[in-house]
Amino acid sequence: MSRTLLKTSAAALLIASAAPAFADCPVKVGVLHSLSGTMAISETTLKDTMEMLIEQQNEKGGVLGCQLEAVVVDPASDWPLFAEKARELLTVHEVDVIFGNWTSVSRKSVLPVIEELNGLLFYPVQYEGEESSKNVFYTGAAPNQQAIPATDYFLEELEVEKFALLGTDYVYPRTTNNILESYLQQKGIAKEDIFVNYTPFGHSDWSKIVADVVALGADGKKVGVISTINGDANIGFYKELAAAGISADDIPVVAFSVGEEELSGLDTTNLVGHLAAWNYFQSADTEANADWVAAWKARMGEERVTNDPMEAHYIGFNMWVNAAQAAGTTDVDAVRTAMYGQEFPNLTGGTAVMLPNHHLAKPVLIGEIQSDGQFDIISETDVVPGDAWTDFLPESAVLVSDWKELGCGMYNTETSTCVQIKSNY
Amino acid sequence: MTPVIRRLAACLLFCLSCAPAASAQERNTPIQLLLQEHGAQIKKSSRKSIGPAIDALAASGSEDARRVLERWQAKDMWFDKESGLFVFAQKADGGDLRLFDVAGAAEIGLAPKADFKQLKPNSGIRGMIAAALVQFQLNAPDPETRATALTAIERDAEPSHLTALRASLGKETEPALKTRKERLERLLTIRFAEDEAERIAAIKDFSGDLGVDLRAALTPLVATRLAVAPRTETLSPDVRIVTVGDTLARAQAYDLLVEKELAPPRTDPDSLRETLIANIEGHKIAGVRIATLNTDTARARAYESLAIQGLAQPLVTEEDVTEALQRFAFFEVFVGAPLPVARAAEVALQDIEAKLALSQTVDLALDGLSLASIYFLAAIGLAITFGVMGVINMAHGEFIMMGAYTGYVVQLFVPDYTLSILLAIPLAFAVTFGAGVAMERLVIRWLYHRPLETLLATFGVSIALQQLAKNIFGTQARPLTAPGWLDGSLVINDVIAISYIRIAIFVLALIFLAVFLFVMNRTRLGLEVRAVTQNPRMASSMGINPDRINMLTFGFGSGIAGIAGVAIGLYAKVTSEMGSDYIVQSFMTVVVGGVGNIWGTLLGATLVGTLQKGIEWLNPSNTLAAQTYMILFIILFIQFRPRGIIALKGRAAEA
Amino acid sequence: MTDVLTAHPRRRPFVARYPSAVVFLAILALFTLGVTILAEGFGIGVISTSFVKTLGKTLCLCLVALAMDLVWGYCGILSLGHMAFFGIGGYAIGMWLMYARTEIIVRESLAAAPLPPTPQEISDGIAGQIFGVVGASEFPPIWALAHSLPLQLLAVVLVPGLIALVFGWLAFRSRVTGVYLSILTQAMTLALSLYLFQNDSGLRGNNGLSGLQNLPGLSQVPQSTISIIFLWASALALGLGYLLCAWVVSGQFGSVIRAIRDDEARVRFLGYSVEAYKLFIFTFTAVIAGIAGALYYPQAGIINPAEIAPIASIYLAVWVAIGGRGKLYGAVIGAAFVSLLSTWFTGGQAPDINLGFYTIQWVDWWTILLGLSFVAVTLFAPRGIGGLIDLITERRHPDRHGADLGPDPGALQEKEADR
Repeated sequence: MSRTLLKTSAAALLIASAAPAFADCPVKVGVLHSLSGTMAISETTLKDTMEMLIEQQNEKGGVLGCQLEAVVVDPASDWPLFAEKARELLTVHEVDVIFGNWTSVSRKSVLPVIEELNGLLFYPVQYEGEESSKNVFYTGAAPNQQAIPATDYFLEELEVEKFALLGTDYVYPRTTNNILESYLQQKGIAKEDIFVNYTPFGHSDWSKIVADVVALGADGKKVGVISTINGDANIGFYKELAAAGISADDIPVVAFSVGEEELSGLDTTNLVGHLAAWNYFQSADTEANADWVAAWKARMGEERVTNDPMEAHYIGFNMWVNAAQAAGTTDVDAVRTAMYGQEFPNLTGGTAVMLPNHHLAKPVLIGEIQSDGQFDIISETDVVPGDAWTDFLPESAVLVSDWKELGCGMYNTETSTCVQIKSNY
Repeated sequence: MTPVIRRLAACLLFCLSCAPAASAQERNTPIQLLLQEHGAQIKKSSRKSIGPAIDALAASGSEDARRVLERWQAKDMWFDKESGLFVFAQKADGGDLRLFDVAGAAEIGLAPKADFKQLKPNSGIRGMIAAALVQFQLNAPDPETRATALTAIERDAEPSHLTALRASLGKETEPALKTRKERLERLLTIRFAEDEAERIAAIKDFSGDLGVDLRAALTPLVATRLAVAPRTETLSPDVRIVTVGDTLARAQAYDLLVEKELAPPRTDPDSLRETLIANIEGHKIAGVRIATLNTDTARARAYESLAIQGLAQPLVTEEDVTEALQRFAFFEVFVGAPLPVARAAEVALQDIEAKLALSQTVDLALDGLSLASIYFLAAIGLAITFGVMGVINMAHGEFIMMGAYTGYVVQLFVPDYTLSILLAIPLAFAVTFGAGVAMERLVIRWLYHRPLETLLATFGVSIALQQLAKNIFGTQARPLTAPGWLDGSLVINDVIAISYIRIAIFVLALIFLAVFLFVMNRTRLGLEVRAVTQNPRMASSMGINPDRINMLTFGFGSGIAGIAGVAIGLYAKVTSEMGSDYIVQSFMTVVVGGVGNIWGTLLGATLVGTLQKGIEWLNPSNTLAAQTYMILFIILFIQFRPRGIIALKGRAAEA
Repeated sequence: MTDVLTAHPRRRPFVARYPSAVVFLAILALFTLGVTILAEGFGIGVISTSFVKTLGKTLCLCLVALAMDLVWGYCGILSLGHMAFFGIGGYAIGMWLMYARTEIIVRESLAAAPLPPTPQEISDGIAGQIFGVVGASEFPPIWALAHSLPLQLLAVVLVPGLIALVFGWLAFRSRVTGVYLSILTQAMTLALSLYLFQNDSGLRGNNGLSGLQNLPGLSQVPQSTISIIFLWASALALGLGYLLCAWVVSGQFGSVIRAIRDDEARVRFLGYSVEAYKLFIFTFTAVIAGIAGALYYPQAGIINPAEIAPIASIYLAVWVAIGGRGKLYGAVIGAAFVSLLSTWFTGGQAPDINLGFYTIQWVDWWTILLGLSFVAVTLFAPRGIGGLIDLITERRHPDRHGADLGPDPGALQEKEADR
């Protein structure tokens, strides 16, 4: 009895003395999301999500016996400012981990800084892939976890034969469409049957483009639209679609950047049946999700909705907490090693696994827009492991990322060499 | 009698044991058995494998099968997770389901939702179900059901529909449906009829039609396949010869030869490199030192020596390609339909093509006109404040935004969309009029003689207002929904269509033009405004109070911006940044048109709008480029007509 | 008006004509030394590297503000397009930085290949790395000179200069003046930024050029050192720029351009080629802006088309106006003051103010404050912060000769009407 007591108290002592040695209390979590400027529309939500997650974790006792403290900075949708703020977080505030960024360009801006200072970034948004950094965990979908399954759905379930790839003119749509064009051609869709269009951010005059899409149907092939249109531009686009009377049964539209949040700016009665592909929908019918949505609404207000990047932060944050607990420290290299193979339940059911290429293995969901602005999940794939380098572009097909075994994010399997240790930015 | 007892017993059982109700339902009804037979596919819910299940249901032809198909399509069919039995269900209060038997649709009772799983057919499957339902619906007594069937055929036609459609044609009483059926019958004849003459006749029947559906029926008929044959062979006169280099690219033609194994593949740099690597011997390849192989010519030389040694395929040179291409003839063969039908379709399509070009031009012009009216609406307020008063109001865009947000707020309180829009328009005018007057009093009147500083001061107001809107309304876009009667579009033919909301904006722009002209030319205020604009000193000595006039004019211009905001919010979006999207375009519209003249603004908007659409048409894949070139054009235009299209002459031009 | 032009018939020494230059250079030198001592690279490490970068960037912004002051405060051309030239300078240097950095990586990775790489393979490798992220793999023609540092440095000066020359020639020749010119320059920036936003422009579209802080061949040198080097370079450029601008505005040339600002028509009637003067100032300032940009972006780390958006140029005008137009030190003060204050407020360092019923969060309210303070400055203090310095030193602006302040034809016309 007394021996056990001794052991326990010794262990307690050890923990008490050890914890501060490994993690300076409080453990600081950097939040690098724009709170002003054009991206605030999406990113503010994620800042609130992080604050909620940190609060919840503190109620559970924090990490390694320390309370967590959020360090929130505002990079103001200004890409150079992202790099500056990341440096500030890592050197001035000395945060242990950063959760942040939305746009690819902001991530590319932050990459050199994070790699130089050996920081740790969790990036929660679906992105175009073709990148792998030792210091970044990508908890959003890679193209093979969103674009490819959605395209398969179009090809197989809806028997679409002609594709309109509409996107906002920036890197995510460009690269995604590039991959899709290559993929579709491999699937036997002729080049002439792929119509690509790029519009500026916030584009509002869609009449011509919608008419072009309708005209695609003139040769008797079923037309489908794959939309990588970003942000508010979607509102004008869907309004024009509805006005043109295009029903989802005639020309289905699958969107990769339209979630619950974007639909809240729209009356969706005329859009019922159009699709979106994500790893998460608010309508997912699980207990964990019901709790999550309830907690969010209780905190932010009844009219607020949850979305996919929020779930990505939820999984990423919890995995980081578990990895830090497992490693017994918040040291970046130790946590990174402990991250590989981390498992955490998805809000939509099943379990997400962190792969050695810093991507998650998750199922892909396809949802139909409903009149209440929510999505009805009509299809769920098996677990898809995220792929940093797409298999559908010849230059990328030979590359793999494996930070655990190979210690390289851009490993050329043909020549068996590591192209570069740093990421490409 | 038995079913009633059975049902009663089922209810009783359910109430007593609270067991899943479906377990109490009948397993052995024919329809349930049929569903169970295909249970796996139905639950898998994939278009690829669902075919047999739907076919079987359709083939059974029973009333129950029809109901199952309908309910399934409406996502009302569920299955018991445990027993796998299918059941119709509706959501009831308290997370329960109200269950109905698939046979006879009689109510079974309530059951907890967690025990059941909903079947969610995707739209592909729903389309198949709709196609299968056609046979039940085509002759249904309810005209709406018949219309549904026709829509299903239009979307997903099958050869079997032709017979069914023809059979139902004579029984149709509704004139509108009858025309639809007739047209559909002709289209299906083109696509599916066995008899060639019948098909050709149907094609000819359509002459002059532009419908997308018709083109959709015709185009597959003229599909061709590229084929190749040695020049020595005599070709059938039915094929169309293709000349290489003319319509067929050289590389493409050669690739076809390679594909048909009529010519050796070309040695591309990658395979050349791989061959070299495969033949590395120590530090040399074919006797050449590896270190020297850092140019393409050196590599080609090493490769050639490998080829001579027989270690690699000989290099295919450009001469080889030319020679190979000369040996073969390339031609196209119709594969979509028998030759006479294809020829007839081709003639019809050519005919359509010519008419189509005209329609497309008209449609493009309509689009341009619509964009012009939006620009005009956005710019008309500016034409007053800038054009008439010479005040650069950078916050003009924010007045547009304020108008749109006013519309949003009104819709929060007035749920009826028609009423709310009717309320929003005057209210938006009032709000922005007030804001305009306030700004004029507080800021602008001190700066009348420092136009460049007005620009900067109003810019300050602009960023402050934008951020204020963000603080109040959040960063998310807000919905501003048009009333139902503005939904949809005016369809002239399948090419020319314009949404009603755009027509409404066009009409609104015209109204504002009229209001502006009336106010300026026919009212006391307009007279005074013109007087103050031309010579404030003279005007004030005539008893006009220039201060008051300036204030009212500015308020008027701002108020119109507010109404424009409601209109723009209706067709696009309501965000705090919407104003900045329009401000530069609006200034350009005014400057291009010529300052101080409303007709100039009208012309400017027309020019800018149609030009942008024109450039978009030239480069349909890149709308951004269109905007870029349009701005460049405007910059150049201003160089040559610095005072705009309609330049004021004389003293007024100096104001 | 004649006496404006003949005010300084005898050449006084430059220092006497422009005493503030000496004071300014002294302050700048002290500042740079002070930062060096306090920073991490060579000194005691009180100032963080990220703040040194902020300071270095601020110096570049001061330089472009000088250019803006010259063209607007002295010559009366309210250009809303000078940040475009700033951005072009950044792009020009960024192309070399990206190319050279990537070339090292590609050469290293190809060194392990079984065959020595051909020039084509190296070029393809670099293109693949640079453009892979935007879905292309070939070098656009615009990158033809990117391999050479001297040529790209030349481009930093020549490209903004040429664009300004052509644009200015077209605009001034057609006598586009005043507000029209402002709108036209704004259109120019908008067109340029929209053009660069396209992926087809060959400059990586919205992604722009990134990783510019990693200097090729200096990957071992820590950023703390590099930041100090750039601070010095920026300070040097600012000092030289100040001297050059001071020299330009203090001589007879300066008198002519001020006269153009005050009454263009009259100067033209006096026989001066107004267009040539304006064109020179416009081009000259564009070149300065280009150099400032070339120094700014390696410190910022990334350049993309959003940097060239019209709003950036308007902010530039705001800085100069707040600092005080028509005074070189005014421009410098304005740029430094507003941009540093902006960093402070948006950085979340400024304490929130709790009013009890509402908490003012500066992240949300700073922009409103900026906007309103800008209105206030225009209305109540057209001389800006620099005007305060004049009050303290009780120094009248030497070269105005009675004309009202500001590029303001209206005021003069008023006077004429009064006569």
